[in-house]
Amino acid sequence: MSNLIDIKGVRHAYKTPSGPLPVLDGLELSVPEGGFAAVVGPSGCGKSTLTRLVAGLMKPDEGEVWLHGDLVKGPKSTVGMAFQNPVLLEWRTILQNVMLPLEIVSTGMSKREQEDRARHLLDLVGLSGFEDKRPSELSGGMRQRASLCRSIVHKPEVLILDEPFGALDAFTREDLWQTMHNVKAEEPFTGVLITHDLRESIFLADQVIVLSGRPAKTQYVMDVHLTGERDIEMLYTPESAEALNILRQQIRIAQGRDAA
Amino acid sequence: MTLRQIGVPLAALIIFGLFWEWLVWVNGWPNYKMASPSDIWPAFWKFRGLFLEYGWDTLWRTVVGLLLSVVFGVFLGMIMGLSKTMRDALYPLLVGFNAIPKATVVPIIALMFVGQHDMNTILIAFLISFFPIAVSVSIGLSTLEPEYRDILASLGASKFTIFWKIALPKTLPEFFGALKVAVTLAFIGTNLMEIVEPHGRGLGHLFDSGKISADYPLMFAVLIALALMGIVLYYVVVALEKVFAGWAERNPT
Repeated sequence: MSNLIDIKGVRHAYKTPSGPLPVLDGLELSVPEGGFAAVVGPSGCGKSTLTRLVAGLMKPDEGEVWLHGDLVKGPKSTVGMAFQNPVLLEWRTILQNVMLPLEIVSTGMSKREQEDRARHLLDLVGLSGFEDKRPSELSGGMRQRASLCRSIVHKPEVLILDEPFGALDAFTREDLWQTMHNVKAEEPFTGVLITHDLRESIFLADQVIVLSGRPAKTQYVMDVHLTGERDIEMLYTPESAEALNILRQQIRIAQGRDAA
Repeated sequence: MTLRQIGVPLAALIIFGLFWEWLVWVNGWPNYKMASPSDIWPAFWKFRGLFLEYGWDTLWRTVVGLLLSVVFGVFLGMIMGLSKTMRDALYPLLVGFNAIPKATVVPIIALMFVGQHDMNTILIAFLISFFPIAVSVSIGLSTLEPEYRDILASLGASKFTIFWKIALPKTLPEFFGALKVAVTLAFIGTNLMEIVEPHGRGLGHLFDSGKISADYPLMFAVLIALALMGIVLYYVVVALEKVFAGWAERNPT
């Protein structure tokens, strides 16, 4: 089995005062090592629940989540997470924020090496010179870049991104897509990206999974084969337009507006 | 500290003093109705030994009471902030206790431990001031956004690590906000007890002596001394806040 992430027949329901609320029902997802899957779907279809399952922060009612051939039973230090809210700690500098996971996970790196690595990552995302600033001194996009560095500083096998660019303006978002590619080129990881943005999904991922409306199941899987240098121009080719069209149709089906 | 930072409050103080003096003079009030600053200085000087001695009593009792408040309030706040059940259980109790006017508790405590002046005073200072600390810490902890927990929890960090590295520092600004309220309350508590207890010590007792001997300038002098001490205590807390939670202060942009 060469898949790094394997989600099989996952069902989950939240307990609410008015009875159980099913959010996931028959979710299937496989990401090979080095792959990058984007998960799209209608609002409130359980995408964030999916991230918490992969991170081991919750257990599904039914079904299995496998990471690297191990059944996920709880949180693992081989996972990195970034959210829409960059959740930087205001009392720490940017460098100290990036180094936070290294205080929890033992990587065998010396203090010196840890700091060098954090500085290197900050440089990679274009934040060199901001190491000693406080989060409150940075713009939203810069905070998100720092949050990205923090999510990969401990060299996780799996990176989970829960709408990390959702709150940014369009230009900043496109800049960050480019940054993601640079990061992935230098720091290979297997990733799951939750997003609302179809353009983002085909620009960043090599596999797009469309979830149905709640309770969500895997409705459609698209392999993305965008060729050539990844830059924004790539989103305006006929093949991209076609891919986006198919995805848009699938979303309409998921929302229940079109028949399957 | 610039000249402006010292000069402006000092000027305001002098203008206030002059206005006070003028008000008393122009109305011809006798000093048992309203003492003027020129009456108060002699009172200070006459009892300078007692002011120093009793001032110290009031100060250390307040500080010890406040420290107890911090320890107990943070502990209670932690319990209520981390467990919803405990919050539901303790909150009504706490609100009820806080609603009791502490002036009514003072004679009860004074009777409970007759003659134990230090203990009684510290106890009241503590009882009156732990509430805001407990509430603010519990709110700070219970409103922690789940993502903050998740960034460490997803790495397998223990509950204690999450508390120590994230929840606790994140609550510090709220804690210091509450401490500023608590320090004033503790000070009130100390003085309530000192005034009520017979044969006691402390500035509150000096105030009571002034009342018994109809020495009105002395009573006013005690008020001024209390105000000064209150200012000092408050700014000590502000200084601590700058050191431990200065990051919460945003530079104006």
